[in-house]
Amino acid sequence: MVEQVSVFLENTAGRLAELTRVLGDAGINMRALMVADTSEFGVVRIICDMPRRAVQVLDDAGFGASIAEVLAVEVPDRPGGLADVLEALQAEGINVEYAYCFVEPSGDKAVDILRVDEPERARQALERAGVALAEASTLYELD
Amino acid sequence: MYQPEFEAMERSRLEALQLERLRDTLERVYASVPLYTRKFDEAGVKPGDVQSLDDLRRLPFTVKDDLRAAYPYGMFAAPLRDIVRVHASSGTTGQITVVGYTKGDIDRWADLMARTLVCAGATPDDVIQVSYGYGLFTGGLGVHYGSERLGATTIPISGGNTKRQVQILKDFGVTGLGATPSYALLIGETALEMGIDPRELPLRFGVFGAEPWSENMRRQIEETLGIVAIDIYGLSEVLGPGVASECLHKNGLHVNEDHFIVEIIDPETLEPVPDGEQGEVVFTTITKEGIPVIRYRTRDISRIVPGECACGRTFRRMERVSGRTDDMLIIRGVNVFPSQIEQVLTGIPGVAPHYQVVLTKRGVMDHVEVHVEVAPDIAFDEVKALEALRRTVAQEIASALAISIDVKLVEPKSIQRSEGKAKRVLDLRNEGGTA
Ligand SMILES: [Zn+2]
Repeated sequence: MVEQVSVFLENTAGRLAELTRVLGDAGINMRALMVADTSEFGVVRIICDMPRRAVQVLDDAGFGASIAEVLAVEVPDRPGGLADVLEALQAEGINVEYAYCFVEPSGDKAVDILRVDEPERARQALERAGVALAEASTLYELD
Repeated sequence: MYQPEFEAMERSRLEALQLERLRDTLERVYASVPLYTRKFDEAGVKPGDVQSLDDLRRLPFTVKDDLRAAYPYGMFAAPLRDIVRVHASSGTTGQITVVGYTKGDIDRWADLMARTLVCAGATPDDVIQVSYGYGLFTGGLGVHYGSERLGATTIPISGGNTKRQVQILKDFGVTGLGATPSYALLIGETALEMGIDPRELPLRFGVFGAEPWSENMRRQIEETLGIVAIDIYGLSEVLGPGVASECLHKNGLHVNEDHFIVEIIDPETLEPVPDGEQGEVVFTTITKEGIPVIRYRTRDISRIVPGECACGRTFRRMERVSGRTDDMLIIRGVNVFPSQIEQVLTGIPGVAPHYQVVLTKRGVMDHVEVHVEVAPDIAFDEVKALEALRRTVAQEIASALAISIDVKLVEPKSIQRSEGKAKRVLDLRNEGGTA
């Protein structure tokens, strides 16, 4: 399991820019940022090098931020990589709340982030399917 | 019960007693208070016209401004020679109001406050620390006289110097506390800072009032201090503390109906509403000699809790005061009290009890949008779950207010904080606002 920063945002102009500025000023480096939104509000999900510090600085800056535990899997950066993972979970009847992916700086591997309703069963299912779970330490500093 | 012969009186006998005392009071104020002579004459009603408790509604109301205009002694029904004490309350605006008590008033007040303390479980064996302010404010002396009347050991410490409060609480073996709820909490927190866990002290109960507080705050006080926290109600224009008090069942405050007649009225139509419905609380004093008031409009919002209480008291109960009529909104012709929204929000995980009501017009219709802050540690990070949360909040608020509304979830701490009340409501209906 890895730690993702989740932030609730109203859909107002410039709010996302403020958020990224706050993190940038605190020296926090984002690996991935994903926005899910409706016409009124959005949730920003961030994988970064110092998640707990990120929550702290966002909190101080007046954002509602919290840590969410998500699964991170490393897949070869090729077509169908994510599909394999999702199929393995679907076969076990595990519900994926959301998923997104980003490419490692080295460029040969992609990291899929998955939020599932049953993390422990999901982890086992992926192990059986031969999917490698990414270690938290490869994604960010353990603080 | 301190006076079970009254507190558990059979209703029909109680109502007969109320009528007799009401008629006495009306005769007295009509004869001795010029304001009432004039008001009754203008309304075309004589004290003798009141033949039943229902006739009460034919009488004119008294408002705070009447007392202000009568400053200082103009509404006293007894000559100053018979007044043994005065108290006063400062309004947020302008003139203070003065109330006077005869020996008899002080005597009855002590009984009523002894009832209040017994409601909270007090006995003559208790040691009661009175941390309400002493002085022109009625809180300190009110609780003080009740505690002495009961025979409890009374510590008249008054408010302030919180560290000393904690020291005395501990050293004197205090078992009961009287204070405003916020001060009680401060005493608890100060004790913890001093390395004293109040839950390990003999302190058992507290009677708290004189400011609005919530169920949440009660839980906080009860947990911090390790006590039973009882809500008490009163206002100096009617008496001071001792008008109504919760019993240990904590489901509404028993009004001391042998001394006060309580009505709940619609603040717009001024007509009484049925038991159970929200409205403005109105009191008529029926034993006071110094300054009786007839149908005094408190501006406090409450309702009568229907049904009987398991404690055996027959006095009707008023619900914890949920707001002030000054805050009341009329939306599509319905009276709405925004403070009810706060009560709804404290019961829903995932949101903070901070809200703002935004009123606009959609065509000719009033449109209500309630902005609600999500909890700072947002519990959900899925759009679907947040949408479900928004719908839950909207349904709960709509059912509490009995009008349909929209809810917008907003960021934590984004709603402007202020001590004033205005920020709770943004009324743009007359400014062409359409949101
Ligand atoms: Zn009761």
